[in-house]
Amino acid sequence: MNKRVMELKEVEVWDGNMANSQAFRQADVDVVAAYPITPSTATVENYAMFHANGYIDGEVMMTESEHAAMSACVGAGAAGGRVATATSSQGLALMIEVLYQASGMRIPVVLCLVNRALAAPLNVNGDHSDLYLTRDSGWISIDAFNPQQAYDMTLMSFKISEHPDVRLPVISNQDGFMTSHTAQNVIPLEDKVACDFVGPYLQVNALLNFDKPVTHGVQTEQDWHFEHKAKQHAALMASKKVILETFAQFKELTGREYKLVESYNLENADIAIVCLGTTFETAMLAIDQLKEEGINAAVVAPRVFRPFPLEEVAEALQNVKAIACMDRSAPGGTVGTLYNEVSGALFNTPARPLMSNLIYGLGGRDMTVAGLKDIFRNLDKEAKAGKLSGKIQRFIGVRGPELSFYDAQGDVK
Amino acid sequence: MSIIVNTQKEIKNLKSFSTAAERFEGSHLLCPGCAHSIIVREVLNATNDNLVVSASTGCLEVCTAIYPHTSWDCSWIHIGFENSSTAMAGVETMNKALRNKGRISADTPQPKFVTFGGDGSTYDIGFQWISGCFERGHDFMYVCLDNEVYANTGGQRSSSTPIGSSTTTAPAGSHSYGEKRQKKDIVSIMAAHGAPYVAQVAPNKWKDMVTKIQKGFSTYGPVFINAMSACTTEWKFAPNQTIEVSDLAVDSLVFPLYEIIGGRELNITYRPKNVVPVRDYLGAQPRFKHLFKPEYEYLIDEWQKRIDERWVFLQKREEIRM
Repeated sequence: MNKRVMELKEVEVWDGNMANSQAFRQADVDVVAAYPITPSTATVENYAMFHANGYIDGEVMMTESEHAAMSACVGAGAAGGRVATATSSQGLALMIEVLYQASGMRIPVVLCLVNRALAAPLNVNGDHSDLYLTRDSGWISIDAFNPQQAYDMTLMSFKISEHPDVRLPVISNQDGFMTSHTAQNVIPLEDKVACDFVGPYLQVNALLNFDKPVTHGVQTEQDWHFEHKAKQHAALMASKKVILETFAQFKELTGREYKLVESYNLENADIAIVCLGTTFETAMLAIDQLKEEGINAAVVAPRVFRPFPLEEVAEALQNVKAIACMDRSAPGGTVGTLYNEVSGALFNTPARPLMSNLIYGLGGRDMTVAGLKDIFRNLDKEAKAGKLSGKIQRFIGVRGPELSFYDAQGDVK
Repeated sequence: MSIIVNTQKEIKNLKSFSTAAERFEGSHLLCPGCAHSIIVREVLNATNDNLVVSASTGCLEVCTAIYPHTSWDCSWIHIGFENSSTAMAGVETMNKALRNKGRISADTPQPKFVTFGGDGSTYDIGFQWISGCFERGHDFMYVCLDNEVYANTGGQRSSSTPIGSSTTTAPAGSHSYGEKRQKKDIVSIMAAHGAPYVAQVAPNKWKDMVTKIQKGFSTYGPVFINAMSACTTEWKFAPNQTIEVSDLAVDSLVFPLYEIIGGRELNITYRPKNVVPVRDYLGAQPRFKHLFKPEYEYLIDEWQKRIDERWVFLQKREEIRM
């Protein structure tokens, strides 16, 4: 079947969902199996429209739930072709069982996760509670901060996921609404260039290869389960190399450079926040404006959330005196994930910065430039005073009396 | 898209059928006397075509694919308890996509796609997934290995468990006769999806069964087969009595054998020469033994009445052809 070629302008105006849809189309995905959920719905709607208009010769399978969508992705992937889906929030929560099965079975799948809060209370807006729910699922997890990056990351996700040394599913994250529904300039690749970059799908143990029947999804008990999970983790850790290679190839092709850990103004900064998603770019503005006040601040964000770039995070933060780890998810009775992981990264290094954990932006609550400037000003005070200005964990931008937890022990700093 | 219609495998007699080349190997861990393996062999041996098989978590899966062993000499996949149907729908859709794109050449014969699930994964936890697959019209055969209980986990009730059966989660006791609900009518429900072919089979009636499986294989679209699978462990009969108990099930009309074509046309495919009382079927299985206490005898009478009414209903449905 011949599919139509889509003529793209040098610069398109796409939101994050369209960026995903176009990356799917250009990657020549064989099967997209999906179920609609706000705010990722448009990723699939756009794709269905491409299909309806003859731009796609793969199959679109609209299932009766997200669990079924991911189940179909695993079946289709095991059959021997390129698969993708998109979801958010409750949909991710419903398919979580199959996320573990996909990674455990080493099936390449690309999942565009448009980050949204988890109920209850029901909320359709962006936060990172669904992203954090995938933490231990064995998927590679990459984060985009704007629609251009969503396009780039989703396109690269196929190449990383299907690499013979990796063979692991990949989540391409973006913030719900802030990225998914905000149209911005996106520089796309031409269809052929994009498709060639991703490359042809390499079949491994395909169910549809009848010359070599294979058994997928076996049972292992205490005799073999540990070895399987250990090898799976080793493969996830080793994927770092392929991710870096893919980033390098992409830079050569587009000039756009990505790193395992992104940062802004880190060179001379005394203080830094660590965050994920769109907050990175908001922080860039705040940092620029604060230079007038003599505050030299930085923002650091893991581009690759899994495998967690522990060494690179530690290296990036060696010279700052105070760090606020900003977690956009209800921490569920402990410190936030970024706080935990960044603290863990720094512990076996000489650096002993002041560490605080800011819980912010839940359910799409705005984090503005002004809000970030306040955070940086306070960090600056803490760095100068050599001690935390309050408890370790603080809720920022929430109504009601101040909410903070955990006292620093002993003489910090 | 061109559909290559494969020639149907000729099955002359039971001897040639039972000695056919096996794609489900003899080495597995199913209980002696388990009907699952008989059903699976009868399904797989009904065709020479390439096969992709999926299985739900359950007895069949845990007894045939324990690393580093496999009993399957064909493409086989298991994901979870509830999603074996959708796993296969994914495989079938990928097959379609790769043919559309010319990555599988048009002259490659179409494989067959077969999914096996127990009644737990069919009637209960996987029902939504199966319903979705049938609504979307995937070209595959779903075979329910119906042993009326969660046998793999030690005999808990499912929505296929018949009234009066004693199970570990609805046990018979001093104040209970066991299961309180009647078995869900899954065959009618699947026919109501408008599936092109739906049938109930029993492995002891192998000729009837293989005819239906071959009809299913030559049908384009989703096919549902409800296969009675007598369970020596949970029905509590001796392992050498599987075929005898199965004969009682079909000859008492507790498991009538019939098919429904296109959701409308019902054909009864087996009419017992001598109909056996339901009492005899129940009496052969200790899972029902408490029903023979005087205070529960009425349940056996009610059961007989329901079976009689159901048989009349099936014959009327057959007669009116709609």
